[in-house]
Amino acid sequence: MNINLTLLVQMIAFGVFVAFCMKYVWPPIMKALEERTAKIAEGLAAAERGKEEQELGEQRALEVMKEAKSNAADIVSQAQKRYNEILDEAKRDAVAEADRIRTAAHAEIEQEANRTREELRERMAQLAVAAAEKILQKEVDAQAHKNLVKSFAEQI
Amino acid sequence: MAADTLTAQDYISHHLTNLTLGFHPEHGLTFAHNAEEAAAMGFWALHVDSLLWSFGLGYLAYRFMRGVAEKATAGVPTGGQNFFEWIVDFVNENVRGSFSGKNDLVAPLALTVFVWVFLMNLMDLIPVDLIPHAFAQFMSLFGADPHHVYMRIVPTTDPNITFGLSLSVFLLVLYYSIKIKGVGGFAAELTMQPFGKFGLPANLVLEGISLLSKPLSLSLRLFGNLYAGEMIFILIALMYGHNLLLDASGMTLQLAWAIFHILIITLQAFIFMVLTIVYLDMAHQHH
Repeated sequence: MNINLTLLVQMIAFGVFVAFCMKYVWPPIMKALEERTAKIAEGLAAAERGKEEQELGEQRALEVMKEAKSNAADIVSQAQKRYNEILDEAKRDAVAEADRIRTAAHAEIEQEANRTREELRERMAQLAVAAAEKILQKEVDAQAHKNLVKSFAEQI
Repeated sequence: MAADTLTAQDYISHHLTNLTLGFHPEHGLTFAHNAEEAAAMGFWALHVDSLLWSFGLGYLAYRFMRGVAEKATAGVPTGGQNFFEWIVDFVNENVRGSFSGKNDLVAPLALTVFVWVFLMNLMDLIPVDLIPHAFAQFMSLFGADPHHVYMRIVPTTDPNITFGLSLSVFLLVLYYSIKIKGVGGFAAELTMQPFGKFGLPANLVLEGISLLSKPLSLSLRLFGNLYAGEMIFILIALMYGHNLLLDASGMTLQLAWAIFHILIITLQAFIFMVLTIVYLDMAHQHH
């Protein structure tokens, strides 16, 4: 339990250790710790920003989807309208075409009938002329006359 | 262990004598062969064992801390850096909690105090006879009498070491008191309170005692705790070698005391650090 020179040597050693610790140990380790703190804070802020951006993006995506849906509905209804229009037009066209064809057919039939009638009339006239000729040729014979008429009638 | 050839008192005093190098009035520069010779050397003697263990542990701690600090990265810390950062954080928390001024010295000082005192205290957990006995046997190879080779491996059981630390802290307290408050301010703090200027002598006595008690209590607390702890280890060691029952109870006691002592050595290192911070904080405060 003697107090001696050891005390002073220990004091000097203490001073030296503290000085070295202050110069070479404390600053680099504190620098590393502070840098890490800054990095972590930065990372957290970035994460926060990312989250916000994600929410914004989700919102935008929802909006775009809504818009696309309404667009699609518009297109479908337009297409429906157009389809109805085309259908109506086609129907109208078809009816008109049918009318046209029918009218043409009627006209043709009429024409045919008229032509037939004309022909018939011509033939009738020819027959009548022929009959008249025959009558004129064999006037004397009543019997023959009678037969003539008969054959004429058959020919009609 | 050594009790078979020595009396208990010899054994204890052997354990409590430092390896002292100094000028003996009769023998000149030599290692003291017993406590009387060491006392005769007076002030101009060195406790070689205390100093070597203290320097060695301090140097080890410094190498470790320096090595970690040089490779310290702001990225994910590993191994040694993790461990050291834990200590630095702990010390830094205490400094920030107790020290209100701005001084770059305080935190490294507190770190050095904590780590160094803890390591010096830690030597108390090494079985009391192991290193002294080995050292005595080693020295006897060179012709020394093993009974007169001394080796105390716990520097903090040497008042020179604890006073060396606390007086250094005390000098810093005085330095910063005068630097921050000025000579007049510091003198006023010592003389003008708590009773006002008419109670000057009483103030001086009270404040002087309170000032001087700082280094005294700081070093004596550490010294007393560690000295008592070591003494108990020595007394327990005396129980060995008589009979089986004493051996068994000695082992139990030693284990229990060692486990309890882990708390004490950590606590004492912590208290020394906190009081260092608090004293320096007081030196930085204006009243």
